[in-house]
Amino acid sequence: MRRSMVVVAILAVSVALILSGCQKSASGTIKIGVAGAHSGDLASYGLPSVNAAKLVVEAVNAAGGIDGKTVELFIQDDQCKPELATNAAAKLVSDEVVAVIGHICSGATKSALGIYKDSKIITVSPSATTPSLTQSGEYPNFFRTIAPDDAQARLATKFIKETLGLSSLAVLHDKGDYGKGFAELVKQYAESEGIRVVLFEGINPGAPDYSAVVNKIGNSGAAGVVWGGYHPEASKLVQQMKDKGMSLPFISDDGVKDQTFIEVAGTYAEGVYATGPMDTSSNPLAVKAVADHKAKFGDEPGAFFLNAYAATLAVVNAIDKAGSADYDAVVKALRSEYVETPLGRISFDGIGDVIGFGFSVFQVQGGVYVELK
Amino acid sequence: MDFFLKLFLSGTAKGSIYALIALGYTMVYGIVQLINFAHGEVYMIGGFTALIVGGLLFSSGMAVPLVLALSIASAVVFSAAFGFTIEKLAYKPLRNKPRLSALISAIGISMILQNFVLLAQTEKYLSFPSYLPELEFLRPVREYLNSTQFIILVTTATIMVALTLTIKFTRMGKAMRATAQDKHMAQLVGVDINGVISLTFIIGSALAAVGGVLICSYMGQINYYIGFVAGIKAFVAAVLGGIGSIPGAVLGSFILGWTESLGTGYLSSDYEDAYAFVILILILILKPDGILGKNQKQKV
Repeated sequence: MRRSMVVVAILAVSVALILSGCQKSASGTIKIGVAGAHSGDLASYGLPSVNAAKLVVEAVNAAGGIDGKTVELFIQDDQCKPELATNAAAKLVSDEVVAVIGHICSGATKSALGIYKDSKIITVSPSATTPSLTQSGEYPNFFRTIAPDDAQARLATKFIKETLGLSSLAVLHDKGDYGKGFAELVKQYAESEGIRVVLFEGINPGAPDYSAVVNKIGNSGAAGVVWGGYHPEASKLVQQMKDKGMSLPFISDDGVKDQTFIEVAGTYAEGVYATGPMDTSSNPLAVKAVADHKAKFGDEPGAFFLNAYAATLAVVNAIDKAGSADYDAVVKALRSEYVETPLGRISFDGIGDVIGFGFSVFQVQGGVYVELK
Repeated sequence: MDFFLKLFLSGTAKGSIYALIALGYTMVYGIVQLINFAHGEVYMIGGFTALIVGGLLFSSGMAVPLVLALSIASAVVFSAAFGFTIEKLAYKPLRNKPRLSALISAIGISMILQNFVLLAQTEKYLSFPSYLPELEFLRPVREYLNSTQFIILVTTATIMVALTLTIKFTRMGKAMRATAQDKHMAQLVGVDINGVISLTFIIGSALAAVGGVLICSYMGQINYYIGFVAGIKAFVAAVLGGIGSIPGAVLGSFILGWTESLGTGYLSSDYEDAYAFVILILILILKPDGILGKNQKQKV
């Protein structure tokens, strides 16, 4: 008699435990993964996104969660290494997350994406900029809150064609990955738009004198100069061009869209065009997100913080609008619903690139960069 | 033809920039057979001194020509003091050691000075205001040669002539030549070789400072790393012309400047450095001591 009582008691307790477990997963939580470099050399790129996700989730849970369900974060480190990224992805799949904020580096993101795709998990990266991640069409589950690498070159070419109306270009670069990459894309897009590229050359960064190549620009008959690279060479180029009495429009990239360029080049910088990320500093949500970060973590947020903040908000909003965590419904919501984020009012296009945030063209006017609308 | 003339003049201007630095390299080598790798850093320090002094004087409302003169003077004094101290601290104790020791010491000094400026000043590029006068008669031809380029060219030529004359015709020059030929013998006949060597470093560093001010005015910017890049090119130019020879350093610099400029203009600037080194290798194969270098017999 006594023994059967014990058995019944054990059974009752275990049934209660199982039931409570079931109940929790059925009604309680929505699981979101955060993956990226949280240790190693590139940790400074990944850790801000963890903080961003924590801040958003804290705010959502404090406001009662999504449809009464609390959001729970699962954090996985990939050190930006593709082989660790697949491990992290497998772990998140077994944790049954609905969506992943990450990964951080393009290579790691690519290696994890296949696993998420097979398991129907939405992936929103705050920082992976390799164009093919969206443009290949291979990963319908992939979204990002940062413009792809080729966006600057596309924008610059569009600006040259439509606003400046130039018919020929001299394209120079500093032979580095960043500068040469930009220059090659501008050349490719410009030629497909019917703009002639009359000069395409790399120059030695750090050299004291560029007068020979400036002479060559003059001799080529180009109507404008595109520079792919950073500001120290850009300021020497604009100075030596103007000293020779040349007044060609000078169009460059994010590496030149830096106040140091204006400080160094002084009046020579006037009129220079450069593409750069849209200015979000006056966005009230961005101001609040940064202030919250300082209050909770005690310092300024790092790289891609606002992008990760926007990514987490977009996922939460899409699940809310979809009314469930069902993959197809959330993907549809991500593509159709706009959400207010620190980056602005954003949504995603058919291939997963962000709409409403990206690059703008700026021009130096009166010693500051002014965004051209 | 017009394009060729433009490229030729831009090569000449570039060559005179290299020559301003190469002169100091070649002088020191001529006397103590040491490749002073810290020379580029002394040039950079000259530029920084002029930037700081010039900025202070200009903001105190002084007239521009006076600002220019005083900032060059202070750069010369400061760099010369650096050159003098470097020699005493880093090279003199190694004078009778194998030449490699002094060379390594020079590389070490170069790194120390770069990092010193990086920490004491800034890692950023700074704007370098030009206090040099704008020569009106060059305005119509500025496409070919602008005012600053012209000033650098004239300065280089003047310094080269002055140095050559000093070494050929003055008492000090004679002492220098004696020290260069045989230190021990010179000492035996009463030449103060320590004084001569110190003076050589002081003159070389003062020239570097003048170069620093002029070249930074031309570039419009300065940074702790500029000495390294310019120093390497000037070193190549000095070797090309025959290291140890003063006209050789200038000739080598012009050849380097023309090669780079014409190579950029008619071929491509992608391989600018390659042209310079191809020329260097060709000349060293045909004439191992450089164009104007003396054929030194190896002591056995």
